[in-house]
Amino acid sequence: MKSAIPNVNVMPPAADPDSAYVRIANLTKRFGDFMAVDDVSLDIRRGEIFCLLGGSGSGKTTLLRMLAGFELPSAGTIRIDGADMSAIPPYERPVNMMFQSYALFPHMSVEKNVAFGLEQEGRGREQIRHQVGEILDIVKMGGFGARKPHQLSGGQRQRVALARALVKRPKLLLLDEPLAALDKKLREHTQFELLNIQQRLGVTFIVVTHDQEEAMTLGTRLGVMNHGRIAQIGTPADIYESPATRFVADFIGSVNMFEGRVSDEGSDCLRIDCTELGCTVRAERTVSCTRGAIVWTAIRPEKINISRQPPTAAGQPGPAENAVRGTVREIAYMGDMSIYLVQIDSGRVMRVTLPNVMRGAERPIARQESVWLSWHGSSPVVLTE
Amino acid sequence: MRLTTASGRRLVAGIPILWLLVLFLIPFIIVFRISFSEVRLAIPPYTPLLTWRHGSPVLQLHWSAYRFLFTDPLYVSSYLYSLKVAAVSTLCCLGLGYPMAYAIARSHAAVRPVLLMLIVLPFWTSFLLRVYAWIGLLKNNGVINNVLMYLGVIHHPLALLQTDFAVYIGIVYSYLPFMILPLYANLEKHDGTLLEAAADLGARPLRAFVRVTLPQSLAGIVAGSLLVFIPAVGEYVIPTLLGRTDQIMIGRVLSDEFFENRDWPVASAVAIVILLLLVVPIMLFQRLERRELEAAK
Amino acid sequence: MRARGLFTRTALVLGLAFLYLPILSMIVFSFNNSRLVTVWDTAHSPTLKWYVALMSNEQILRAAWLSIRIALIAASAAVVLGTLAGMALTRLGAFRGRMLLAGMTTAPIVMPEVITGLSLLLLFVAMQQLIGWPKGVGAVTITLAHITFCMAYVTVVVQSRLSGFDEALEEAAMDLGARPLRVFLRITLPLILPAIASGWLLAFTLSWDDLVITQFVAGPGSSTLPMVIFSKVRFGVTPDVNALATIMVLIVATGIAVSTAWMRYRQQRRVRDLQLAAAANL
Repeated sequence: MKSAIPNVNVMPPAADPDSAYVRIANLTKRFGDFMAVDDVSLDIRRGEIFCLLGGSGSGKTTLLRMLAGFELPSAGTIRIDGADMSAIPPYERPVNMMFQSYALFPHMSVEKNVAFGLEQEGRGREQIRHQVGEILDIVKMGGFGARKPHQLSGGQRQRVALARALVKRPKLLLLDEPLAALDKKLREHTQFELLNIQQRLGVTFIVVTHDQEEAMTLGTRLGVMNHGRIAQIGTPADIYESPATRFVADFIGSVNMFEGRVSDEGSDCLRIDCTELGCTVRAERTVSCTRGAIVWTAIRPEKINISRQPPTAAGQPGPAENAVRGTVREIAYMGDMSIYLVQIDSGRVMRVTLPNVMRGAERPIARQESVWLSWHGSSPVVLTE
Repeated sequence: MRLTTASGRRLVAGIPILWLLVLFLIPFIIVFRISFSEVRLAIPPYTPLLTWRHGSPVLQLHWSAYRFLFTDPLYVSSYLYSLKVAAVSTLCCLGLGYPMAYAIARSHAAVRPVLLMLIVLPFWTSFLLRVYAWIGLLKNNGVINNVLMYLGVIHHPLALLQTDFAVYIGIVYSYLPFMILPLYANLEKHDGTLLEAAADLGARPLRAFVRVTLPQSLAGIVAGSLLVFIPAVGEYVIPTLLGRTDQIMIGRVLSDEFFENRDWPVASAVAIVILLLLVVPIMLFQRLERRELEAAK
Repeated sequence: MRARGLFTRTALVLGLAFLYLPILSMIVFSFNNSRLVTVWDTAHSPTLKWYVALMSNEQILRAAWLSIRIALIAASAAVVLGTLAGMALTRLGAFRGRMLLAGMTTAPIVMPEVITGLSLLLLFVAMQQLIGWPKGVGAVTITLAHITFCMAYVTVVVQSRLSGFDEALEEAAMDLGARPLRVFLRITLPLILPAIASGWLLAFTLSWDDLVITQFVAGPGSSTLPMVIFSKVRFGVTPDVNALATIMVLIVATGIAVSTAWMRYRQQRRVRDLQLAAAANL
């Protein structure tokens, strides 16, 4: 369902798909002594869904509010489609926002809410009616025009808020935690619907969220924010599989991380001594580092094998590579998969997940069993910061 | 946030600030200045605030009004009496208001608005007339004495009117809603499960109340008490209609100095001293008020 | 638990009796024939003669009319100023003079009235000396004084409503292209209208009822209703004042009853709407 290039049928493809549609340069926002956004530079392409992902206080919401015009940057510039936004008040920006609380006007009907933006442009009554009807149909709220917001369910409100923000065909739509107020079932459904609508209308989306699952499914690209800075930008797969920093590796998904020292560097692989792990890690060479440097290796729990027998490579004499022994301490059965907490011989606990492929497997690994953990040389990510 | 344009901002804040500067703050400065003048037989009846000598303004301060305040025992005793009356009335208000607010906060959600309305309703009818009603109740041949004599509890009418008791009744009666409302607003927010938790941990109801509810409602107690105490110190109507004739409260002193003696400097000095007495409670009240509003956000 | 429930409930009942007994007694004795007010004249009561006397009392009627006019103007002006102040305090963030404004809007509420009255009169006298306006004291100075202390109450009411509602609503309107004034007129104003209405009513009542401040800033020929009542009751009880009180209680009670019924109706409609919304979820 996740598609890489949306805007196929409505918008004409941009001359250069990589050119920046929204260009944020050296953007900074200070509140007193607090740096909410710290020298952020970011390019967003036309028609993409860009997700800003971060914890509370990471600066993602402040960044969004500067794009909307509610906060003035302390330094830096924002350009949208080539035009500088610095001096443009929110009510003149070609940007609309879907608020986390939806912010539907409680004293106006659904139709009036959606028409509000068009009325400000001074459009004719007939045209407004037509456009409102059209957008309400797109969000499947066609029959609800006369309702007041408090007569709607949470999911319906969300769709009205989306319609209200989209009806003006903004160059950029900002979504502040668009799914946070919905329950889990509805969230998944709405997520796909949001993607669908975005593709039909080809509007560029910037989504702010603290929910990584939401960011991964919605975003064509993600920007992970921490302490007011962008920690990493990339596609969901980039960020998950090749995190650039320990923060990103730890923030997205779960990870087993060990400090170590580079003991050997080949042309395409590295060997790292990890005393915490009790074995040598062999990893693909993705970063430049010299022998003796302190690095961290990060291994995702689903990329680790668990077995009763020693893996074949580890059977060889000499110190084991990419394999450790341990004892299963806890098993959490999650239905589709199981999480194993394995205490390795060095004393650290590693997290391993295995899909439950078979129903009622014959002799499942049990608690307190002694096991081997091993992984492929492409699995560990080597991080220098 | 930029909700308004620069000129709009200036207008929105500027108009009320200007109004209050002219009609609230500057008047106090004038009162302060006149309290340092001397009375004279003229219109207006005080020495000018600024005199001109050799083309430059000269500020002359006279301390006579203040000296007068502290030498004539009438003033000191009126101040002390006012503080006493306000303090006793505030305590009575709290004693009656707290259980009432508590009962409303714990009442069924459906009757709560009705009860609150019953508390507020008298406030919407004339304060003056409600105080006046007590004259009819407290007089020698008033309702209370008549009923008590009819029941045979007493044989001679009790002197109720023109006593301290009547003033306490009047103040408690008039200011009770101001005590109950902040207390209710506070108690209503309390999480009922806290008392359950206290009970679960072995606290008996009274102890749970003293250890859990009471400390949490302290802000409400202080707010309500200040709302009663501060205006009560300067109360004029209630002691005039119901109170003693041999001992008057300071608000009445101020009014008499002004209207009867036409001594504006002394009246101003009286006002300044009342303000000095109340400045701490007023600041305390404002701080509470601000915190309350921020919490509402 | 039960003992305390009993205690607080008893206090509530006694407290309410304490609040209403005096009012009830005024109402009852307004129908009493005797001049002695508190002695019930069984032979000739109830009677409406005090109401008749009231209706032909020129002085009271004139004072009431003046009070109504002053209260109407003062409440309306106070609502405008108080709303501006409330907006400034909740929507402008930090600005120079914010602390000053916040202080000046809460202080008049607790300020002893004698002080406010005295200071306002001295201001008017000083103004007259300096700029020749206002010419003497009277209805104009009373109205100015009333606007000032009423405004403080309106500010508090409006401010608490403003800080209670989601600022995102205003941001959303601006985001959709509405300029600040339009945001205020289309979004903010309709939403705080109930607070403004109750602020207006409060201001009207306070102005209508004020005696102490008014006494300071009133002049000969500008006696408001509370001033007339005060001069009457200061020297004893008069039965026509009972009748006047009864009429005022009646008006207030009717107003409150109507507004309660209206609110209950809206509440019921709201509950129905919520059920509808829940049904839509299925």
